[in-house]
Amino acid sequence: MWSEPQPFVVSVSVKTRGCDGYPDEDSDESYNLSVSEGQAVLRSVTVWGALRGLESFSQLVYQDDYGSVSIIVDFPRFAFRGLLLDTSRHYLPLHAILKTLDAMAYSKFNVFHWHIVDDPSFPYQSRTFPDLSNKGAFHPFTHVYTQSDVMRVIEHARMRGIRVIPEFDSPGHTQSWGKGQPNLLTPCYKGDVPSGSFGPVDPTVDTTYKFMESLLKEVKFVFPDSYVHLGGDEVSFACWQSNPNVRTFMEKMGFGKDFTKLESFYMERTSIVWQDVFDYHERVRLLPDTVLEIWKGETYQAELSRMTKAGHRVLLSAPWYINHISYGQDWRNSYAVQPQNFSGTEEQKKLVIGGEVAMWGEYVDATNLNPRLWPRACAAAERLWSDEEKTLNADLAFPRLEKFRCELLRRGIQAEPLFVGHCKHEYDGL
Amino acid sequence: MYCLLKCAPLILAVAVCHGWLFGDFVRKQELNEISLWPIPQKFQSSAVAFKLSPASFQIVHAKQSSAGPSCSILENAFRRYFEYVFGDLKSRKKVYDSDLVELQVWITSADPECDGYPSLQTDESYELSVDEPSAVLKAANAWGALRGLETFSQLVYEDDYGANNINKTEISDFPRFAHRGILLDSSRHFLPLKVILANLEAMAMNKFNVFHWHIVDDQSFPYMSRTFPDLSQKGAYHPFTHVYTPSDVKMVIEFARMRGIRVIPEFDTPGHTRSWGNGIKDLLTPCYSGSSPSGTFGPVNPILNSSYDFMTEFFKEISTVFPDAYIHLGGDEVDFSCWKSNPDIQKFMVQQGFGTDYSKLESFYVQRLLDIVAATKKGYMVWQEVFDNGVKLKDDTVVEVWMGNKMEEELQNVTGAGFTTILSAPWYLDYISYGQDWQRYYKVEPLNFPGTDAQKKLVIGGEACLWGEYVDATNLTPRLWPRASAVAERLWSDKSVTDVGNAYNRLAQHRCRMVKRGIPAEPLFVGHCRQEYMGL
Repeated sequence: MWSEPQPFVVSVSVKTRGCDGYPDEDSDESYNLSVSEGQAVLRSVTVWGALRGLESFSQLVYQDDYGSVSIIVDFPRFAFRGLLLDTSRHYLPLHAILKTLDAMAYSKFNVFHWHIVDDPSFPYQSRTFPDLSNKGAFHPFTHVYTQSDVMRVIEHARMRGIRVIPEFDSPGHTQSWGKGQPNLLTPCYKGDVPSGSFGPVDPTVDTTYKFMESLLKEVKFVFPDSYVHLGGDEVSFACWQSNPNVRTFMEKMGFGKDFTKLESFYMERTSIVWQDVFDYHERVRLLPDTVLEIWKGETYQAELSRMTKAGHRVLLSAPWYINHISYGQDWRNSYAVQPQNFSGTEEQKKLVIGGEVAMWGEYVDATNLNPRLWPRACAAAERLWSDEEKTLNADLAFPRLEKFRCELLRRGIQAEPLFVGHCKHEYDGL
Repeated sequence: MYCLLKCAPLILAVAVCHGWLFGDFVRKQELNEISLWPIPQKFQSSAVAFKLSPASFQIVHAKQSSAGPSCSILENAFRRYFEYVFGDLKSRKKVYDSDLVELQVWITSADPECDGYPSLQTDESYELSVDEPSAVLKAANAWGALRGLETFSQLVYEDDYGANNINKTEISDFPRFAHRGILLDSSRHFLPLKVILANLEAMAMNKFNVFHWHIVDDQSFPYMSRTFPDLSQKGAYHPFTHVYTPSDVKMVIEFARMRGIRVIPEFDTPGHTRSWGNGIKDLLTPCYSGSSPSGTFGPVNPILNSSYDFMTEFFKEISTVFPDAYIHLGGDEVDFSCWKSNPDIQKFMVQQGFGTDYSKLESFYVQRLLDIVAATKKGYMVWQEVFDNGVKLKDDTVVEVWMGNKMEEELQNVTGAGFTTILSAPWYLDYISYGQDWQRYYKVEPLNFPGTDAQKKLVIGGEACLWGEYVDATNLTPRLWPRASAVAERLWSDKSVTDVGNAYNRLAQHRCRMVKRGIPAEPLFVGHCRQEYMGL
């Protein structure tokens, strides 16, 4: 006898409105999921929590052919779980970025840190300063992100509960900016004469700050997240030092020979510009002296102690530079990171708001991005979402991650193997 | 390093690792710069440029050529290289005059070898003369013509108006080494046919001429044997979806032949055989825990006649399936602990007077295996341990040196004993690391070992190996290319071609060319290609 199959119903119940909004740093991503025979009930506070719950549900369905009774109560350990892509060292076609967002959602990443421009190229097509990409991109038509490309990324991300934080790194890392914006960068000198090459942004002239104001005004308009990343690191002082106008300015300001003071001066003025440009009406709470920092270093635990002791909120990315490849199962190194394992008080540890996996682009483009990102980034994804005590053992995580990798393949993500073995359905392409 | 910023809560500072070390090699690339890879032995180019129009240019057989339309290798290649040069149909709409009307391909030997297979003795030399109205490519046989066609396609470039150009050029070329191989491992991970074929295509672009197919190993046995179907039925990851059928194997062999690439299969024994035991009862040695079997198995059991009967039947089949004159028999990394634990083997050791020297038992097996394979009229290749353990090898045996430790000494010993050898030790491309490691592969000089000229002549080439523990179709192609290209030039071009800076510029362009032709070769460093990789 053949009987009609009963539909399996998943009912989703969300407490607060917010379908038309954007996720932010305070979004509640918790959810309850209970699965029983013939039905599942998913409850969450926000739509973002519902997305996380649906992802978990989809992973349960794959595992259990017969659907056993399960009850899941879930929420992320850290609110900021990010992934950085670098589209300046190599241009990444739009579909590569969108695919990355898809895969991020499968691992519950919720921040896309878009390191969109840097020294080698400026692919961001600015409406205010079209020459920036016209002269600064690898190619003004084929290697740019139009305004509509950017909007697509933002909406694709929003649909997956992912915030998009763009980074316009300055005053260093700006070689490509100078191509389309003459007089922005500091001319370097050889003795008394300009050498022809350029250094960081020129912090001594008003035109610089007027430019930054206009640019950041546009950025604020284009990117809905309340955060933008202004970079501010790895500034080489040699060029500033060589320029007589800069030296004069240093004296005038009483900076002496300390160029870090000049750099701070630039960053402060730039950030004040950002603050002015920022539209307050969405955010009530703003603490003027709170700083979020991501940093890189061998001794990141010491840095964590120091920064949180000084009261700063921090993000960890130092041990998660997965552009650094090596032979073997290096996902285990990412997995072993313990973001709150540093000497400090409970209050200090609360200041760690999350972390980020970084895929810098020196050796990465669309030919190798996906296998290099996945499933290695998944190790940090679990570290940032799950309870640490329950997930300390990498050997126990291995079989789960192995299965998850095959699932990623099935979903069309070109995730590389962890070790010898096979998936039911192997990757079909090149 | 961090940036202390006491300001609005919206600042995030990040530290970035900048590629300072490799800044020297990022030079502004001339778009029209010749980007030959590997660089020919003799190459002369002038500034005189000729236009090439897809509407009127043709690749044809020269009147005097011994090959004609019946030569499928050349017919196939003419079409392939026409497409490489002129791109897809869309970009062929441009209409302009052609200075160059044709490329004539002239096979000079009486036998063009169109219906044969390439071998170690194949003459791959060619001469290319580019002048208007006809360019001429001369080669002794079809294999040399294939090499010349690849070079010809690399000479064509697009000018500022999008028209195809080629400069007046004279080239005389031949490979420095005759054995230029790539090893792929389809046991640790199954490799779908598509990926194998795409990489054969990429090999041809780099003038590689040997595909060393490490087809089976401990983890899985995907080779479908007609004589012993249980081998893949019980030993493959999946008996239907993760196997190479006889027709799959034929396809690989023919696809390779069309590109002048030899296919040398490796059936590695007596170690690396765990998956063989699933399908053949009593083939592997049962390990013992004290006086009773532990349930696990070790290398092939060398004391049973059935093992040798099996090998005889099995290699009879292999010798008919694979047309190349050589089969690789492995012989590496044999773990003695299982043999040592087995009482029957212990008895055998005493009987044979081997004492406690298990390498003697290993050699006993290998010797018999080599004799079995020799009877099939094939030559064999072996890993260096077989030589190191003193096994008696046929004169034409090729010994593959793979151990990084004491590499020069090994080369000296092997060639000193009169055996031809190939080098793969410095070219294990599965050992990935951060940065431009292609330079390390490029800098290897295979003949840098103490020895006479006669000895050095015995080094017939090398292989770039991509072992499969961490590699499958998802990451194979970008991991292999363009890193293997560094090995390609080292094995083809003259010993004096060592300038890494010049190599960088050419290789970066060659890489973009591979991407344009559909091979997802990863970037060398910061930069871009006119046409980025569009597949995902």
